[in-house]
Amino acid sequence: MDVSQYLEIFLDETKEHLQNLNTQILNLESDPENENTINEIFRAAHSLKGMAGTMGYERMKTLTHDMENVFSEVRNGKLKVQPEMIDVLFQCLDALEEYTQNIQNSADEGTNDNQPIIDRLNEILNGGMKAAPAAPAAAPAKEASVAPAGEEKWNDISLEESQVRVIHEAMKMGKKVYGINVVVQDSCILKAARAFLVFKAIEEKGEIIVSSPSAQDVEDERFDKDFTLVVVTDNSLADVIKAAENVSEIAKVTGDNLVLEKNKNYAAIEANLKAYEAVTEKQSKAVAVADDKGTKAAAKTPEKKQTPGKPVVNRTVRVDIEKLDVLMNLVSELIIAKNSLVSASSLEGTTSGGVNEHIEYLESVTTNLHESVMKVRMVPIESVVNKFPRMIRDLSKTLNKKMELYMTGEETELDRTVVDEIGDPLMHLLRNSADHGLESAEVRAQRGKPEVGSIFLDAYQDGNNVVIEVRDDGNGIDTEAVKNKAIERGVITPEQAENMTDKEIVDLLFLPSFSTAKKVTDVSGRGVGLDVVKSKIESLSGEVEVKTKLGEGSTWIIRLPLTLAIIQSLMVVVGGEKYAISLGSIQTIEDIAPSEIKLVQNEEVINLRGTVLPLIRLSEVLDVESAKSPEDNLVVVIVKKGDKMAGLVIDELIGQQEIVIKSLGKYIKQTKFISGATILGDGEVALILDANALM
Amino acid sequence: MEQLRSINELIDGKKADLGNAIQYIVIRLGEEQFGIDIRFIDNIVRMQRMTRVPKVPEYLKGVINLRGEVIPVMSIRLKMGLEVDEITKATRIIILKQEEGNMGIIVDEVKEVVTLSMDDVEKMTGSGKKGKGNFISGVGKHGSELISLLDLSTITLEDNE
Repeated sequence: MDVSQYLEIFLDETKEHLQNLNTQILNLESDPENENTINEIFRAAHSLKGMAGTMGYERMKTLTHDMENVFSEVRNGKLKVQPEMIDVLFQCLDALEEYTQNIQNSADEGTNDNQPIIDRLNEILNGGMKAAPAAPAAAPAKEASVAPAGEEKWNDISLEESQVRVIHEAMKMGKKVYGINVVVQDSCILKAARAFLVFKAIEEKGEIIVSSPSAQDVEDERFDKDFTLVVVTDNSLADVIKAAENVSEIAKVTGDNLVLEKNKNYAAIEANLKAYEAVTEKQSKAVAVADDKGTKAAAKTPEKKQTPGKPVVNRTVRVDIEKLDVLMNLVSELIIAKNSLVSASSLEGTTSGGVNEHIEYLESVTTNLHESVMKVRMVPIESVVNKFPRMIRDLSKTLNKKMELYMTGEETELDRTVVDEIGDPLMHLLRNSADHGLESAEVRAQRGKPEVGSIFLDAYQDGNNVVIEVRDDGNGIDTEAVKNKAIERGVITPEQAENMTDKEIVDLLFLPSFSTAKKVTDVSGRGVGLDVVKSKIESLSGEVEVKTKLGEGSTWIIRLPLTLAIIQSLMVVVGGEKYAISLGSIQTIEDIAPSEIKLVQNEEVINLRGTVLPLIRLSEVLDVESAKSPEDNLVVVIVKKGDKMAGLVIDELIGQQEIVIKSLGKYIKQTKFISGATILGDGEVALILDANALM
Repeated sequence: MEQLRSINELIDGKKADLGNAIQYIVIRLGEEQFGIDIRFIDNIVRMQRMTRVPKVPEYLKGVINLRGEVIPVMSIRLKMGLEVDEITKATRIIILKQEEGNMGIIVDEVKEVVTLSMDDVEKMTGSGKKGKGNFISGVGKHGSELISLLDLSTITLEDNE
């Protein structure tokens, strides 16, 4: 079968499952008894195995299979979760990730068998098996050889405590419990498929409590000729047997009422059960008032916990990002067309009252359409930040520092393209915090800080921006050390250093090849990092800044635009040319008399309601003659970037407009403060000014 | 106008198999005639209003809107070190297809389409000094006329001044 067409889906889903596994195993480490988590892990491992098998990735399948085995034992309560086991499981995940990476790069899983990991898994498995009374995996082999043709084989089935409980409950409720043995014809080719049909037929009549071999083994065709089931049902034995016999290629179906006392390992369970019964009795008395035996029985059935534990799956459709881009472009076109209509109707003058109404309607439709398309492209940053708890856990081990990661706002949404790119920079910052930020345990003790260091990752929306903060309660940045290092490296001269503010010194960290780590570790300190972070964020039209206090910690603040393609802007005129300024950065628009301009260090500033801010004359920046005379009042657009403000002097305001951002192409080496171009309603091109870069 | 339309039609249907012959659009810059390989031409449009881009080399005259795309336009005269363009009724913008995206060049006039076989073309290598010679890949003979064939890759190359 040619499966290459499914490769993309396979990769997507595999990554999802791996991420899920990472999260769940991390949960398991802190809460080893949580059944929901164990079930979730089992399911994910099982799906992975199935997918890898279908795609023909044998090594991946083997590894996941062994992982699944371990979890099956954990789920059945035969194996306890131990720290070493978690470590091995994480190694498994890393190995699986490697396979996935290989597959993504070359459609081949590679040749690494990861035998050591598999051996470790089997060790765990065997260790657990010894302790357990009888393992279902071993049982079928024994049965097939010992018992010739299934005569009351159901009495050999290894029941577990939980299953016995279920049977007891069922009997109490007046349901019938049968042992059923199904023998498949020798000539049958698709044994697993036949068995599946039998399972399905019987499940229509009642509920299968136990099967031997396990349902999974049967599904994988790991049984000889027959399999045995314990069924709880309201129907008669004949009904159930008939249902099974109706499946073709089934040789014989036998069955009888199940008598628990005849079961070979019942005696062992009995003692435990007695104690359990006592508890149940008490509980049933308490619940008796409510008289809701049905619900109680369900609640008491551990096997059934799978259903309530299942997470609510979002109803989603995978859409190729390219298709979304096309949709987005069409919306852009529509907006341009709408803008042309608006400008055409304003040229027509007063005669077109009706047209205006329609245009307003069109405007609301396009705005809504734009918003919906944008929303489709938005994904929660969860998909990226999910892997960080695991990373911090590993870092904690490698660095031998105790630390905890606290995350908030994982549901904050960003454009898909941005989310894809934001992972690496965030990882750098977190590693940085873990390695350089947090002090060693001794230093922390001296400073009276809790032994476990805290790293925070907070994401939230702020106007048209999304802000992601990485904060730690570590040492903060030692500006003196940075300064000395910078002088030593010849980045700045001692004289320059004298005049630098702390903020300017901290900004030196973002220069390429600047690392203050005293020793180079595996984690960070190779001098690549912060400059990469900065350039990456800037390529996403975002910005990064850092606030730090020596001894108390640092906060790295990443600010990213919510949308990339269509923005609300203010259209202005400078020297007869039209420019757009993103509305997101604009605070107010002021009318300033020339007499209010003061000179500070030969720079023009104004005092705006107590805040002194610099004036930037756009006509000078853009090399055009201002159309206004020096005596006229100035129109000043006040823009804000973080906590910095500035006033941009323009000639004239046109108004607010929704604009579609277009690239200027590669020939024009973009000037820093021009972030692109847009097409106006009359077909003219206007440049978009990046107020942030002007400051 | 008629001529322009027929040339644009020709551009659309330029798949025509001509063996080892190549079709060139002949343009005029000042007194000299240049040929541009038709396979690299996307479109020819009339001179239109341009939006100036600040802080770029002088030969980049600005950007235009071509069916919803923003296309940079350069003055080939300024790039070659000739005198400033004189915009007349005959002035056209030729939109070139390049790997890095489309780009427009301003020419004084679009004259005709000629087919030159490889035998009619004499290869030329750049003279080394800065000047229009650097932008020519060869000279083609068409009847009694000589046509300098433009080397588009060097034209669209950025100045490293």
